[in-house]
Amino acid sequence: MLLEARNLVKRFPVRHALTRRQAGHITAVDGVSLDVGPGETLGLVGESGCGKSTVAKLLTRLERPTSGSIHFAGRDLAGLDETALRPVRRDLQMVFQDPFSSLNPRHTVRQILAGPYRYQGLEPDQPAEELLARVGLRPEHADRHPHEFSGGQAQRIGIARALALNPKLVVCDEPVSALDVSVQAQILNLLRDLQEQYGLSYLFIAHDLGAVRHISTRIAVMYLGSIVETADRDALFAHPAHPYTRALLSAVPLPDPDLEASRERIVLHGDLPSPLDPPGGCRFRTRCPKPDELCAAERPRLRTIAPGRQVACHYPERTP
Amino acid sequence: MSLLTVRDLNVEFRSGVRAVDGLDLDLDAGRVLGVVGESGSGKSVTSLAVLGLLRDARVSGEIRFAGRELTALDQRSLRRLRGDRIAMVFQDPLSCLNPYYSVAFQIAEAYRAHHRTGRRQAHRVAVHMLDRVGIPEPERRARCYPHEFSGGMRQRVMIAMALCLEPDLLIADEPTTALDVTVQAQILQLLRELRKESGTAIMLITHDMGVVAGLADHVVVMHQGRAVERGPVRDVFHRPQQPYTRGLLACVPRIDGPLPDRLPTLGATT
Amino acid sequence: MILYLLRRLAVTAAILLVICAATFAVFYLMPADPAQGACGKACSPERIAEIRSTLGLNHSPLVQFRDYLAGIVSGRTYGSGTQAVDCPFPCLGFSFQTDQPVWQLLTSRLPVSFSIAIGAAVLWLAVGVGAGVLSALRRGSLWDRAAMTAALGGVSMPIYFTALVLQYLLVVQLKLLPYPQAVPFTADPVGWAQSMLMPWITLAMLYAGIYARVTRSEMLESLGQNYVRTARAKGLPEITVVRRHALRPALMPIVTIFGMDLGALLGGALITESVFGLPGVGKLAADAIASADQPVILGVTLFAAAFVVLANLLVDLVYAVLDPRVRALG
Repeated sequence: MLLEARNLVKRFPVRHALTRRQAGHITAVDGVSLDVGPGETLGLVGESGCGKSTVAKLLTRLERPTSGSIHFAGRDLAGLDETALRPVRRDLQMVFQDPFSSLNPRHTVRQILAGPYRYQGLEPDQPAEELLARVGLRPEHADRHPHEFSGGQAQRIGIARALALNPKLVVCDEPVSALDVSVQAQILNLLRDLQEQYGLSYLFIAHDLGAVRHISTRIAVMYLGSIVETADRDALFAHPAHPYTRALLSAVPLPDPDLEASRERIVLHGDLPSPLDPPGGCRFRTRCPKPDELCAAERPRLRTIAPGRQVACHYPERTP
Repeated sequence: MSLLTVRDLNVEFRSGVRAVDGLDLDLDAGRVLGVVGESGSGKSVTSLAVLGLLRDARVSGEIRFAGRELTALDQRSLRRLRGDRIAMVFQDPLSCLNPYYSVAFQIAEAYRAHHRTGRRQAHRVAVHMLDRVGIPEPERRARCYPHEFSGGMRQRVMIAMALCLEPDLLIADEPTTALDVTVQAQILQLLRELRKESGTAIMLITHDMGVVAGLADHVVVMHQGRAVERGPVRDVFHRPQQPYTRGLLACVPRIDGPLPDRLPTLGATT
Repeated sequence: MILYLLRRLAVTAAILLVICAATFAVFYLMPADPAQGACGKACSPERIAEIRSTLGLNHSPLVQFRDYLAGIVSGRTYGSGTQAVDCPFPCLGFSFQTDQPVWQLLTSRLPVSFSIAIGAAVLWLAVGVGAGVLSALRRGSLWDRAAMTAALGGVSMPIYFTALVLQYLLVVQLKLLPYPQAVPFTADPVGWAQSMLMPWITLAMLYAGIYARVTRSEMLESLGQNYVRTARAKGLPEITVVRRHALRPALMPIVTIFGMDLGALLGGALITESVFGLPGVGKLAADAIASADQPVILGVTLFAAAFVVLANLLVDLVYAVLDPRVRALG
């Protein structure tokens, strides 16, 4: 495995709005374990507040995990300080959701693309023009500023910057969700081309199940800080085993009026419980269509129900 | 019977940008018209033009609503129509609700803008509407402020506000775009139910072809201020005539069906 | 909420203590000898030594500071025997130059400073916020440009200059107003208003300029909010949209700066009072600085600081009342 994260936990203190006193804590990530193999794309899906972006920040060590381990390139990143992380960052890069706010507006594209080298104390070994060509931009773009680009182009620059040091793993946090649908398609195609060309691994974090299906080889589904199901891409979409995954898939509108009229809908009731006060037992039981006493009493562990397939549910759907 | 007829609508901003360019729309009473397009296609501007809410813009063309020509109305008559006969739900419910007032106040305020009633009566209407859009414990929740609600609940509040005067037309501008997919499913389900109960016509503005497919009777595909294709949903989705419509349908990765190696893209690169 | 209040009060007290210590340290480091200042120019070394002992200046700085704090809490007596000078609670020091406790000096000057501050505040709020709202509603209009130019003028004109020009025009040339003097409001309301009018206008010109500009930008921001669009889409009359949905959020930052400004002014408007010769706290400070009356300078500094810090606390509380998001316990 290229990256192995085990039992990652991240707690944030919650402060009173007025008094600034700590009123408790939110467990944003609650025991997440995941693997990314070489050349693989692991899709991480879930709705807002499920902790998927925090996982991205923990794995790239923009945040320090409260506990757990992150093995990458033979080292445990969990406890390293910034100096020790610097060489690791050559192989571990990130692409962010909002392409504009992640590019310094005062810098030219050339300066932005030299940033990773500067950080590592290196001379750029790839001219900016070369990096731009990789992501389908023209050489003359190198001397412009971020505001002169469209959202899609800005995201290409963000990707070019991530690739400058020839990383092994790129963590993409909602890389297309700020873009128009036609531009999304272009960026997804680009990410796939680059993966083939440079043998990259991706951790692709998104709430858009279509995009995740398109790009991932394996998929992990998160709910309220934990992974509830992992499976190979095709298995997950064909036979979701966790009731949350099923509801998630049935909620995605299909661009086909006949399918929409005839499909079975599982509409979840209620809201996502507050992460300040998550339900005991199974986290999903408050919205699950079929909870019972066991679900209230005991929190289901992520267990293997078939090769390559894990589910955290006492009563998973049967899969062939 | 035609409820809303738009003919040759043009909207030009003071900056010189022509946002809508000769648009025609038809919506019958009680039906749902989907207006789809990417950002910059002019779909949201169209909805604001119908309500007469565009500032710094020149609007020309005909907008006939229930037999009245809206472009000929003065501000006062237009104001009477807004909220009462034509209501609107916007994309981001948090920023669309005023953080300084309770949700009941904001619903009651809409009601009282068009009815001579006391605060108590209006408050009762607000609580009733909150109940109708599926907010649990409506009595208690009515006194809460927008920041105390989840995204989906806020959008329910917006819908309650829009429907409290039983309008003939509800304009929903990207009503589920800011929401999570399972919450989106709840809101779409709610819109389907309310439509059945109240017979309100809906103009559904969205970029999501899936949302249109699940709710609309007719669809207009907009691109750069123009309608490039229109028709009953089945026709447009199953037999799209225009390359732009075909591209829009094909470029979105789906959760069902065969997986293409590459996604088709729409003409020009980013 | 009560816990919060207690905590804030404790923090406020701590801040005042720090200010107190800092001011005390500054005066300790000053070359001037307070005993010399209290005694005057023709003063024998014996007399100076005597005053030093009365003032407790022969003690270590820490002991002096402790005595000072104790005086604030419970009053103190300087010297002993027939020479004893009583300084009752709350003792902020004793001015030997004027032979009065600092607290008494301050309180006798307060009505003038309060009259100036509160009258000016009413004037600048009405003019500044009103002009700012109108400017925002008629953005880019002739009115907007004229008002904003005037506001810039008001902000950039130094107070002593405005004050002198006003006095020259209204008193000397047009003879519309008398020279300002301290008239108690209770004795002669008309005379009081006549005396205070020029200081009010002087201060209001500065502050109204600032408030007009802040109000305008806040209003423009809130008018662009999505909830204002919602309010219009509901069919609310435009006046309701502006008042309820645009003005109220725009006033929140105004509350903050108003609390701070008023707090600062209640502690004395030094330049204005000096120019018009009005015996307020600011004038007291100016005179004390001129004659190096250190106990008074120290007392006024502490007093003015207390107003600012308390105003700050009050603003935060008002905020909690006005903004449901701050009020929320989350």
